Amino acid sequence: MTSRRVFLKGSAVAMFGVGSIPSWLSRSVYAADADGKQRKKILVAIFQRGAVDGLNVVIPFGEQRYYDLRPSIAIPKPDGTPNTAVDLDGFFGLHPSLTPLKPIFEAQHLAIVDAVGSPDPTRSHFDAQDYMESGTPGYKATSDGWLNRALLKATGPVSPVRAVSLGSNLPRTMRGHNDAVAMNSLNDFQVRDPKSAATFESMYDTSLDTVLHGTGKETFSAVKIMQSIQKQTYTPANGAKYPNGRFGQSLQQIARLIKADVGLEVAFADIGGWDTHVNEVGQQPALGQLANNLNDFGQSLAAFYQDLGDRMQDVMVATMSEFGRTAKENGNRGTDHGHANVMFVMGGDVKGGKVYGEWPGLADEQLYENRDLALTTDFRDVLGELVAKHLGNPNLKDVFPGYDKSKFRGLLG
Amino acid sequence: MKVRALVATSLASFLLVLPGVSSTKSSKASDDAKKQAKLFEKKLKKDDQILHALDRLTFGPRPGDVERVKKMGLKKWIDQQLHPESIKENPDLEAKLQPLESLRMTPMETVQHYPPPQMIKAIADGRQPMPDDPILRASIERYMTRFKVKKGQDAAAGKNGAVVDPNADMEPAKPLDQVLEPAEIQVVRTGTPDKKRELLASLPADKLEDMLIALPRPQRQQLFNFAPTDVRRKILLLNAPQQVVAYDLLESKLLRATESNRQLAEELDDFWFNHFNVYYDKGSDRFLIPNYEREAIRPNVLGKFRDLLEATAKSPAMLFYLDNFQSVRPDIDVNAKNRKVKRGLNENYGRELMELHTLGVNGGYTQQDVREVARCFTGWTLLEPRRGGGFFYNDRLHDKGEKTVLGHVIPAGGGMDDAEKVLDILATHPSTAHFISRKLAQRFVADNPPDALVEKMAAKFLASNGDIREVMKVMLDSKEFWSEGAYRAKVKTPFEMVASSVRALDAEVTDAWALANQVGNLGEPLYRKQEPTGYSNLNAEWVNSAALLSRMNFALQLARNGVPGVKVDVSQFGSDPMQVAKVLMFRSASPQTRAAIEKAVADQKQKTPALVAGLVIGSPDFQRR
Repeated sequence: MTSRRVFLKGSAVAMFGVGSIPSWLSRSVYAADADGKQRKKILVAIFQRGAVDGLNVVIPFGEQRYYDLRPSIAIPKPDGTPNTAVDLDGFFGLHPSLTPLKPIFEAQHLAIVDAVGSPDPTRSHFDAQDYMESGTPGYKATSDGWLNRALLKATGPVSPVRAVSLGSNLPRTMRGHNDAVAMNSLNDFQVRDPKSAATFESMYDTSLDTVLHGTGKETFSAVKIMQSIQKQTYTPANGAKYPNGRFGQSLQQIARLIKADVGLEVAFADIGGWDTHVNEVGQQPALGQLANNLNDFGQSLAAFYQDLGDRMQDVMVATMSEFGRTAKENGNRGTDHGHANVMFVMGGDVKGGKVYGEWPGLADEQLYENRDLALTTDFRDVLGELVAKHLGNPNLKDVFPGYDKSKFRGLLG
Repeated sequence: MKVRALVATSLASFLLVLPGVSSTKSSKASDDAKKQAKLFEKKLKKDDQILHALDRLTFGPRPGDVERVKKMGLKKWIDQQLHPESIKENPDLEAKLQPLESLRMTPMETVQHYPPPQMIKAIADGRQPMPDDPILRASIERYMTRFKVKKGQDAAAGKNGAVVDPNADMEPAKPLDQVLEPAEIQVVRTGTPDKKRELLASLPADKLEDMLIALPRPQRQQLFNFAPTDVRRKILLLNAPQQVVAYDLLESKLLRATESNRQLAEELDDFWFNHFNVYYDKGSDRFLIPNYEREAIRPNVLGKFRDLLEATAKSPAMLFYLDNFQSVRPDIDVNAKNRKVKRGLNENYGRELMELHTLGVNGGYTQQDVREVARCFTGWTLLEPRRGGGFFYNDRLHDKGEKTVLGHVIPAGGGMDDAEKVLDILATHPSTAHFISRKLAQRFVADNPPDALVEKMAAKFLASNGDIREVMKVMLDSKEFWSEGAYRAKVKTPFEMVASSVRALDAEVTDAWALANQVGNLGEPLYRKQEPTGYSNLNAEWVNSAALLSRMNFALQLARNGVPGVKVDVSQFGSDPMQVAKVLMFRSASPQTRAAIEKAVADQKQKTPALVAGLVIGSPDFQRR
């Protein structure tokens, strides 16, 4: 870390002063590893907060029991018409709101893992999110997040924006000893008065405050990198259209960072509103609350894929949610807190076009505690494979401490 | 890195060391923890005590506060704060709250005065009478046009399709040129802010209303920044009636934090509202929250925990937010033929009641307890929730079977009192005493309060039947509260940061909505925490790069008078920038901050007191309390 700061001070900043790092410089520095290897691999983690109802996202339409358990909220079997499931493999189908993801699945750039999640039995949102973000289900004392630990040990200069989370708060997933920054948007990421910026920088740089000093330093290093990007206007490529919601805009900012080649390695975005206890569905099962949220979710992911184009070769996106929901619908056309769920993995290198994981079935005796989809894949198997094979960090014992049974699913060959 | 220091202390309290965490790290962590523990033994210097009390029990000191407390005596001042009813409220604050009418309304009145879309639809369909208020009537007529336009559209596009301009096809009763003189219209369109203010102040009430009705929406919106409170509420009412409720809530929250004389009560209002969090954007909660904060939270902030718990349990806002109003006995067949109204048991409230409101997640309950509690609460519902009806116990929906909650048998055949018994069990449970005490200590003492302190508070909680004032007294009499370990140990939440800036600068707040927006920008949108957990009490939650930059930007904007509705006059603190810095900080700045400000001052261009004030408010020092 010291080396990075020395590097920054010694080169770009000293030569050009605040705010004038030319984009070619930051590009040439961070586009390649120190020893001149190719561009960095990037892992984007997406958290669906509130526990999305995986059984209505990837629909096991091949199992009649699904329809028995959910008489008023089940998505109808695919028949090619709107408002029915979108067939993937004759057994599973996508929620019709996720139709934009179908071509990506067909191009084999989207893989689905079903009956996946955290083995911890908690049905508390707070605890379950905490466990999934720390990467240590059952251990509360873990202080940092798995995505921070997933970063490769720096050997040369590292970018101050190697780990970026979109939003006003740095999520648990991203916290830890590696520098990580939170930002609402790239353009807002600056002190608006340059003169005061220098004073603030010096205050935070020299401060003895144990909590504020480190973050302050990281902030100002990142501000300098952002300044080169802020000068350019951004138009998504290939006609990609991001939805206007917070999630779509977050993904657009991540795409922009990736294309600016400023050394991004891991990114995080989240999307809420999945806690569908009541009126999960509208007039028809394929409409309503969950459908609207999935529209936003699917269109955002599809726009990201389209915008990045060939650059998806370097990128892997993984989605997760703290737990699934009850297999049986509740009395309010909704579902309560459950267990296993579904994850998406999207990227140029993924062996997509397939639903991974063993399907445990929905018969009473097959359900977890007689009520929820049982777990057949640990979420750390999925994330671990991405960390090891995509980011190239083999030290999974440090990324997911206490988990040594890791069993890759072959998502990346 | 940011979290490391913190984490070091928190890690140490768990002896459990994860595989993969190196031993050097953990021994360093336990060294830090020992150091921290020693700090809680070290008594705070006399000079720092008043400042410490003001930091913790108010939304930050104002110029002159230290002297005032000194004069009164610290002990007496604290005692007063613990009895807010004995403190005369600031008349300026009361005058400012006066126009915020929705704060005083019942939910039903709120629905009528600030109708949500479904109510407007009811009026449009003739099921509800047209209101008398001309502004509201104009607003509803506009919305009615929108409904008619929408009905004609493709039904599929209705919900998510483009929003139809409510002004479309609407002719105001009096066009603008019949209301205003040409010169006045000129001012509305292109006048300077001062001219606009002048015009708004000069118009008689009826003319003003006619003008607002006649103005196209964008121009009306432009006046928002220049309008006094009552006119601003009319603008909101015309644009979207429900926004008025959010506006009144936000205004009152910021005004009270910055101007109330009952500061501790306001701190506790924030604490308890957050503890029993409800979310503004969830359906009916839009009009239920003013009543919730006023009736359930505010009267009980220093009262008995059992009362507070029951008030929230019965409040329409909570019943709606955590879905209990829809929860009915599992075997009921309300209307088997019509699936739309099919209902059943809903566990949401039962779970959060134990996990978040009382026992805490490790408080010793099981999934079975969650279910049993939910069964006890069946029948606790709402009368016409979408029209602002209140709490209602419906015996027909109640599960009459026997239940066992945390080992206590609740016999079959009970009614509404089944849930009362649950509240009794939970409110007197040792886990609750511990959970609540620790959370209070985290807010008022430090992120990792010493166990000894928490135990003392929990013991008082149990002995006093959950008397919050008594528990607070134990904390405020403890050596841990008055220790170096507690002094400036907390990073301000965004709300505290914004409120304390206004107080430190002795700023005059005429309208607080822009301040409330700033709190949102800093990461804590008020009344809008979606999860029932509420916002975190802990430093780590608020320290990140985006938030820090936003704090610096806010500080500069506020000090140079750039926040609408807030007037800052820094010259009152003197012309010597370093003197200004000292006054605003109330204590000596750290040498590092001081050096940076001195350098900025030496750089001739930054000499203005306003800039120095901005630098002080944005400094690392000021982010602490």
